[in-house]
Amino acid sequence: MTVGMRPMLMQGDEACAEGAIAAGCRFFAGYPITPATEIAEVLARRLPQVGGKFIQMEDEIGSIAAVIGAAVGGAKAMTATSGPGFSLMQENIGYAAMTEIPCVIVDVQRLGPSTGRPTSPSQGDVMQSRWGTHGDHPIIALCPSSVRETLDLTVEAFKFADRYRTPVILLMDEVIGHMRERIELPDPATIELEERPGTTVPPEWYKPFENFPADVPPLVPFGEGYRYHITGLHHDERGYPTARLDEIRPWQERIFRKIDRSLSDILLYDHDGIEDAETLVVAYGATARSARYAIDMARERGRKVGFLKLKTIWPFAGEVIEHAAERLHHVVVPEMNMGQLALEVERVVGRHKVRRVNRVDGEMIQPAEILACIEEWTE
Amino acid sequence: MTGQPHESRLHERYLRHSKKFPNVWCAGCGIGIVLGAIIRAVDGLQLDKSDVALLSGIGCTGRMPVYVDFNTMHTTHGRALAFATGLKMVRPEMKVIVVMGDGDALAIGGNHFIHAARRNIGLTAIVVNNATYGMTGGQYSPTTPIDARATTAPYGHIEQPFPIAELASTAGAAFVARSTVYHVQELEKYIAQAITKDGFSVVEAVSYCHTTLGRFNRWGTAPDMMRALKEQSTTRKRAEGMSEEEKQGKIVRGVFVDRDIPEYTRLYDQIIERAQQEAA
Repeated sequence: MTVGMRPMLMQGDEACAEGAIAAGCRFFAGYPITPATEIAEVLARRLPQVGGKFIQMEDEIGSIAAVIGAAVGGAKAMTATSGPGFSLMQENIGYAAMTEIPCVIVDVQRLGPSTGRPTSPSQGDVMQSRWGTHGDHPIIALCPSSVRETLDLTVEAFKFADRYRTPVILLMDEVIGHMRERIELPDPATIELEERPGTTVPPEWYKPFENFPADVPPLVPFGEGYRYHITGLHHDERGYPTARLDEIRPWQERIFRKIDRSLSDILLYDHDGIEDAETLVVAYGATARSARYAIDMARERGRKVGFLKLKTIWPFAGEVIEHAAERLHHVVVPEMNMGQLALEVERVVGRHKVRRVNRVDGEMIQPAEILACIEEWTE
Repeated sequence: MTGQPHESRLHERYLRHSKKFPNVWCAGCGIGIVLGAIIRAVDGLQLDKSDVALLSGIGCTGRMPVYVDFNTMHTTHGRALAFATGLKMVRPEMKVIVVMGDGDALAIGGNHFIHAARRNIGLTAIVVNNATYGMTGGQYSPTTPIDARATTAPYGHIEQPFPIAELASTAGAAFVARSTVYHVQELEKYIAQAITKDGFSVVEAVSYCHTTLGRFNRWGTAPDMMRALKEQSTTRKRAEGMSEEEKQGKIVRGVFVDRDIPEYTRLYDQIIERAQQEAA
């Protein structure tokens, strides 16, 4: 696999931008915000080089709107922001979920709430990425813990967006976004692009929101002779507004079904030592780096500690730890928030088993803090 | 009378028959007249329906696209121009028309409106100015006249209205015109000019809401208010000779701006060229 790889020093934000280009992204709309600005800066330079287009919009609401518009025109499209901008985007992320328009939204998390501390990391948007919009819909959110993983997961985000016709959130954090690491860039030729499935039916038969037989009906871009309607109102299979329960319900069932049936494809994670572990550490993003260090130290001291590093945080990979829940004594969940994903872990293994390690002061969780928690609960 | 058969052919050709009619608008509403003007303008320009996109935001005017056989998109409140910006950038060959109400375009979407104009991106923005939020029942909007009563201005309105055409002109649009739903042929002509214009073009179509504002303010029935559009409006040319007092309360119709300035997506093509040259 070393063939075609070019080693270089790269920042996480830059890796995100390069991953987007490699994934076929040809449209970016964004608004400057720390610590995500570098993604826009790189793409402003890089996109026109590959025939793509970049636009700096007047705000984040306009940015996500332009991204959805570009996706309707057939482009693979992305925006990038941080907490305050992510909050502003929520209504239109819901629109993308409702209308099943594929797009990628990058949130490089910074310390909040409000303006918080723009240059400090946080993992405070975990629940916002799941429940930030109004109403119910599934979502996919990916969370990288290194520069290389940022590139890879950006590519995955575009694949999932097209494969499942859904907005996909790439949940980075300030550490991953601003950190520079040596990475080996993959040869672009080795990256498989996800082709959007076209339709084989003539325009008059085309149903852009057909509920059967496929879970993901093909989306034909505007301007190609298939004239249809898109609305954020509940709609029938042709896209026309409806209040009929027999049209709303099958749609609702399908948008959940299309994700639920494909968990084996969507859930990305690394794990080791879960089989005989008494204590399990579940971590993601920058915190997973401290967790890795702490686990290695604990194992050196003879503790039976397993590690589950989540790359897909939504949908939550509950099924991965479900089978081990009985046997595990404790599950340690370190997060740079007051315990957001810990809630999901508690739902699977039971509240009494979960030990949280939390920091919301803008500093990374230190390995020693995680180690202390592991040791406190393993005799 | 000779227009009658042609008219029905247009309905046949441009309205979606798979969509259940009647439409959502009140009897006597002018929004349907604007839709008719758009259809006739597109037909007159002999555009391919597949090359036309009609986008809208939320509100009474927001319901317009669903009825017509173009590429249609009913977006979120105030954001239609931003959605259209993304679409136009990746499909610059398409004619992208955006219909909005006054609340949609100038209150919640005011920022997108002035920036789309400043950018001079080749979109056609048609603002149906009914001077209120009709769908939610008649609250005051950015174009409600001073002293008018609205459900949220029960003692009279105290804010100045935005002059839409003047605002668009100042913000940098390439083409700006204003007419009313009484002056149907003029409206159609302006819409056709706006669609043809290579740049950001705005047509304000005045169409006061008789169901809400008209009723609250005793402006009369729908026909009365239609007549008022005729009587209260004047052309730009005639307005030039009027004193400020005479112009009070008048709807000034006409083309406000028609200038040739570089269109955004064409400029961006030059950026692509420059980037590729520099990279080579």
